[in-house]
Amino acid sequence: MESWGEASESRLIGKRITRLSGKDKVTGKAKYTFDINRPGMLYGRILRSEVPHATVMGIDMSQAEALPGVKAVIPLIESGKKLRYQGQEIAAVAAETDDIAKDALRLIQVHLEALPHVVTEADAMAEGAPQIRENWAGNQSEPSINKNRDVAAGFEEAAVEVEATYHTPVQTHVCLETHGHVAEWEDEQNLTVWASTQGVFGVRRDLAQYFGLPPNQVRVITEHMGGGFGSKFGPGSEGEAAAKLARITGKAVKLMLTRKDEHLVAGNRPSMTQHVRAGATRDGRLIAYDMRGYGTGGISSGAGFVGPYVYHVPNTRTERVNVAVNAGNQRAMRAPGHPQGAFAMDSLMDELAEKLGMNPLEFRRINDSSEVRQAQYTLGAQEIGWHRRNNVPGAGNGVKKRGMGVGSGQWGGGGGRGTEARVTINADGTVEAVTGTQDIGTGIRTAIAIIVAEEFGLAPTDITVKVGDSAPGLPSGGSGGSQTTASVAPVIKTAAAAAKQKLFEHIAPLLEAPVADLRVGTGIIYVASDRTKTITWQQAAGQLGMESISEGGHWAEELRKGVVAGTQFAEVEVDTQTGAVKLIKIVAVQDCGLAINRLTTESQINGGVIMGLGQALLEERFMDAQTGRMLNANLEDYKIPGTFEIPEIKSIVFDTHRKVTGIGEPPCIPTPGAIANAVYNAIGVRIRELPLTPDRILTALAEKKA
Amino acid sequence: MAIKSHVQTTINGETVEFLCESRQSLLEVLRDELHLTGAKEGCNNGNCGACSVILDGRLVNSCLVLGVETEGKSVETIEGLAAPDKLHPIQDAFLENAALQCGICTPGFIMSTKALLDSNPNPTEHEIRYWLAGNLCRCTGYDKIVRAVQDAAKASA
Repeated sequence: MESWGEASESRLIGKRITRLSGKDKVTGKAKYTFDINRPGMLYGRILRSEVPHATVMGIDMSQAEALPGVKAVIPLIESGKKLRYQGQEIAAVAAETDDIAKDALRLIQVHLEALPHVVTEADAMAEGAPQIRENWAGNQSEPSINKNRDVAAGFEEAAVEVEATYHTPVQTHVCLETHGHVAEWEDEQNLTVWASTQGVFGVRRDLAQYFGLPPNQVRVITEHMGGGFGSKFGPGSEGEAAAKLARITGKAVKLMLTRKDEHLVAGNRPSMTQHVRAGATRDGRLIAYDMRGYGTGGISSGAGFVGPYVYHVPNTRTERVNVAVNAGNQRAMRAPGHPQGAFAMDSLMDELAEKLGMNPLEFRRINDSSEVRQAQYTLGAQEIGWHRRNNVPGAGNGVKKRGMGVGSGQWGGGGGRGTEARVTINADGTVEAVTGTQDIGTGIRTAIAIIVAEEFGLAPTDITVKVGDSAPGLPSGGSGGSQTTASVAPVIKTAAAAAKQKLFEHIAPLLEAPVADLRVGTGIIYVASDRTKTITWQQAAGQLGMESISEGGHWAEELRKGVVAGTQFAEVEVDTQTGAVKLIKIVAVQDCGLAINRLTTESQINGGVIMGLGQALLEERFMDAQTGRMLNANLEDYKIPGTFEIPEIKSIVFDTHRKVTGIGEPPCIPTPGAIANAVYNAIGVRIRELPLTPDRILTALAEKKA
Repeated sequence: MAIKSHVQTTINGETVEFLCESRQSLLEVLRDELHLTGAKEGCNNGNCGACSVILDGRLVNSCLVLGVETEGKSVETIEGLAAPDKLHPIQDAFLENAALQCGICTPGFIMSTKALLDSNPNPTEHEIRYWLAGNLCRCTGYDKIVRAVQDAAKASA
């Protein structure tokens, strides 16, 4: 049985270690896909639809082709086909400069025949709405219905009931590095692509398939990348276009999306509207939950969301449909379906608790079977000072009112098979760890170094980690579902252990000791039964002569574990004159399993909280019903959190066991619910719609007065 | 082909000459002509701060400055901040405080911090937050960035 050992035995694992790539990042040396410049490289651009729904009657590219500096123009849609959302690809160009490429786009003549469009869920579901997706009558998918026991019987047992509608809008990913690729063909059969991706091997597979090549003739490189959050799997049509333009022109082509493209076509978190009726018994047990909900993932499906969530309800009936609108496709976004469902569930929990006259935390304790969260409730409540909470929501006469709320979440993140890795010890003492995963900012590169360094008694900076390149042929999965660390760590650990074993076998004769008696110390190898017998790492490696040791690893189920629980508490201050919500403090208690690197783990929690508070207070895609276009496809009108929105964030790495798990996603789940409940606690008016903007706060306060 | 202008400017203390079209932004010149890719393009319209550089002592979004406007001026970019063998205290502080994750916004934050501390060596937390409000980060948590700036101010004092 493999194990990570006891905490007391760990020299590096679980400590706070600065990231290996940090120096390159703070000096500007780190090369992202956007920064790759190849000799003779051309610039690619994509012409996109400005209308939400139309039939393409013809594309005239001749003027663009004639523009000096333009090297290739290719159509990305055929005449007669339909454009179904603003931003959909029409044609792509490659030119000597980015400006010429932009000029060329303006010279492409597109003849369209407009079709009626719908861009809001309400319009799409209204009677007489134009049907925009085949086989979806009323622009709705077949409902997905789930039942557990008998919901009607459950309501008969209920002493209190709440019936409410909760809504969250579409949110976009806003990766600071836009999606894109640099593609270069070595010859007709060998393609190299620098990709801003969460899945090096996925991009390799898809591009190989697209061009009918064996996968090993496509090399994908992602040394550094500027955020993905679920939106960067696969090359997308822009990656295919870049590689196609490179093939036609025989030059490298860089094709990065614009910020506007990002909002329109590079994915989004679907909206959610759910009408829920729920009941609880007098003694505070959830007993019945009946929910009908819908969401839109644009023209695509995939607008699911969780509910009921985390808390146990014995009798349930749920019904969900996808609504199609003329807008860009959804893509997985940090804990898909969870934050929106959690917001609704945690709001509902507080509403039920109030009807029961119970403290919302007490109500959760009764209905939450997770022992981990039970302990987290206690810890988080202490940390936020839950006893200071308003007993009467909205109490007090001041202009600024404070309140506290709580929310919960749960995620998998247990990793899985499929990663191959190699750890090499060279005779000069250098160590290399190679695998095909990618560091999308989470810190897996550093985690790998920590694991290998721990095994060898070295420092993380002694380990050369090579990730983000398919060329070594050591595959790993995409960085999604918070799976990276739990998938990669066991294989790296076993590879390092195997290499260490080989080194021990090599030097055991020299130390005149059996292999089983050898141990690593800091920079040394010694004999456990006779500690006077030591040899430095350097000397040991030197015994390899002209050889080196290179070992693969294997999957070890027992080194990892899924399912993590989290709880967050928020304290807010609401200005009842301006409607502004100021966050005072957020306490995030997050089960992280074995945190390989506490420093980067805390950063993940912080980052999740910040994305969650953006969803709670700021982020909303606005679609104009009239024109069918997005009104805020930029970073001025689509607000993401900035320095002023950030409260004190207390990230607590909650230790539960010494098995590795992933936590990229879970910390963004409980935040919106905790904040919404805190706002209610402050002002005594329930707002069931995100984001909690000043206009919604003021409207709610005015309605309360009236 | 569009007419190009000859521009002479100082970048990180060194005299640099380049040719650029009048419509090319300073960001495009830095990245595409001079291959100084430390300044990033996040939005290309002055909202994200990833392209922050210092122009004649003033913090600017280089995507909103034309290349030709830098004639006779002095530009500081992230590439010029560290000494050959030693990081700048701001860079050290960002590293130590884990004030970065994916790192694409980091050069912009660091140049904004440099401009702040050049003019105000002892900023309050509010001043730090105000000054950095034009820089966006999607992953890390601004909290650690603010702490890093506070540490950098202390280290530079």
